[in-house]
Amino acid sequence: MHRIDCPWCGVRDEAEFSYRGDATVKRPPADGGAEGFYAYVYDRTNPKGWHVEWWHHVAGCRQFLKVVRHTVTHEIRSVAKATDEVAAPPA
Amino acid sequence: MSRYSVFRLFREGLRNQTGWTRAWRAPEPKPAYDVIIIGGGGHGLASAYYLAREQGITNVAVLERGQIGLGNVGRNTTIVRSNYLFPENNLFYEKSLQLWEGLEQDLNFNVMMSQRGVINLYHSDSQRDAYARRGNSMRLNGIDAELLDRDQVRALVPVLDFDNARFPIHGGLIQRRGGTARHDAVAWGLARGADRLGVDIIQNCEVTGIRRDGGRVVGVETTRGYIAAPKIGIAVAGHTSQVAAMAGIRLPIESHVLQAFVSEAVKPVLDHVVTFGAGHFYISQSDKGGLVFGGGLDGYNSFAQRGTLPEAEHVINEGVALMPLLSRLRVLRQWAGVMDMTFDGTPLICKTPVQGLYINGGWCYGGFKAVPGSGWCFAHTVAKDEPHPFNAAMTIERFRDGAMVDEKGAGPFPWLQ
Repeated sequence: MHRIDCPWCGVRDEAEFSYRGDATVKRPPADGGAEGFYAYVYDRTNPKGWHVEWWHHVAGCRQFLKVVRHTVTHEIRSVAKATDEVAAPPA
Repeated sequence: MSRYSVFRLFREGLRNQTGWTRAWRAPEPKPAYDVIIIGGGGHGLASAYYLAREQGITNVAVLERGQIGLGNVGRNTTIVRSNYLFPENNLFYEKSLQLWEGLEQDLNFNVMMSQRGVINLYHSDSQRDAYARRGNSMRLNGIDAELLDRDQVRALVPVLDFDNARFPIHGGLIQRRGGTARHDAVAWGLARGADRLGVDIIQNCEVTGIRRDGGRVVGVETTRGYIAAPKIGIAVAGHTSQVAAMAGIRLPIESHVLQAFVSEAVKPVLDHVVTFGAGHFYISQSDKGGLVFGGGLDGYNSFAQRGTLPEAEHVINEGVALMPLLSRLRVLRQWAGVMDMTFDGTPLICKTPVQGLYINGGWCYGGFKAVPGSGWCFAHTVAKDEPHPFNAAMTIERFRDGAMVDEKGAGPFPWLQ
């Protein structure tokens, strides 16, 4: 069971959130080409360790959050706003 | 290592079971092989077995980090079927099902293949039409499928709640040749079969690096030293991204956790494999009497071989909605495995940009039924350096080229496949 500390709503149960995947990929410009869009949509590091990821607080404030979570222990290191720059800690 | 037979069983019974020998050797790794398969699960062992049996390549090593049978081949719900819509899938899975049908004779090992029938339930008119379409697609490719109405399903599986207020059961699509097999026995039988053909199965040997010479592979670094091979196959399920990264390859794969459950044993109540059409839930009864069931992914990237409670609650809710008698049973065991999820729900059995390196992965949560077919196709791909028509669509490039095989049409989100 994950408990996510939403910057707007406080600590909430994972059941209120919807997972939206890897938050480190960047959408290329419109002329980014097939390779650029392939990388954005499909190419993933899939780390066994710290993962920066989107969670949508869909049954709460409806904000997108950037969560740093460990994919083995499920520990949550930090929860930030969507516009914050967040780096994954070293494995 | 002699054959298993009823006469052998009788003889050993007379001499107090003292004549049994180990089913496969425990060899030291040789300095070099013709082919190395990384991963001693169902797919790795099947690949080695068919490399030796079909392709005549017997100088093969299977390197397993722990012991064989402890990964996903021992963590699934044992369902075997080929009821897919797209020809890229149903022809491949049908090849696999045909291999399952002969596997016990081929391996001289009882894998307890039970063709009890797989029933997919439908709960609305539009879902019936979709299932009719899938059944027709299967029949066009020579695969058995039969659309059942409500009364026909009730005659086969009377324990279901046909009059559920939200999701009444209108009927089902049955594949009578589908069913279950004994998961551990498949791993043991393939290990013994490969070993008898000369394959070295090396347990407790973790691959820590893949050595390259320019654009091609030359061998692997392991916890038991360097082993050379001109061809290397990766068949490591949930850790496919990690092992491919050792050769500098990035993949369209995320790892997710999937749970399964078994109840206490009860008298026979369920003769078939049944899947709920209004959610992700599937159930069958094991030979010991336990009801074996599972649902969807927990829904976020994870390498933890354990599930969490919100998804467990969801799966059990679905089960009780479908089969109310489940509410009176206790869950005896719960476990989880790490699934290598692709972005379209279809696996990879293919060459890679690195010469001599091949990938068999991305099995999502459909890997068990594919074990013999996957090994058969992967052996062909590795030996001939080109795919068989059965796995020609299962490439990495399909994502870049817009040629996804998206059976479910769920969009490019691994956690929704």
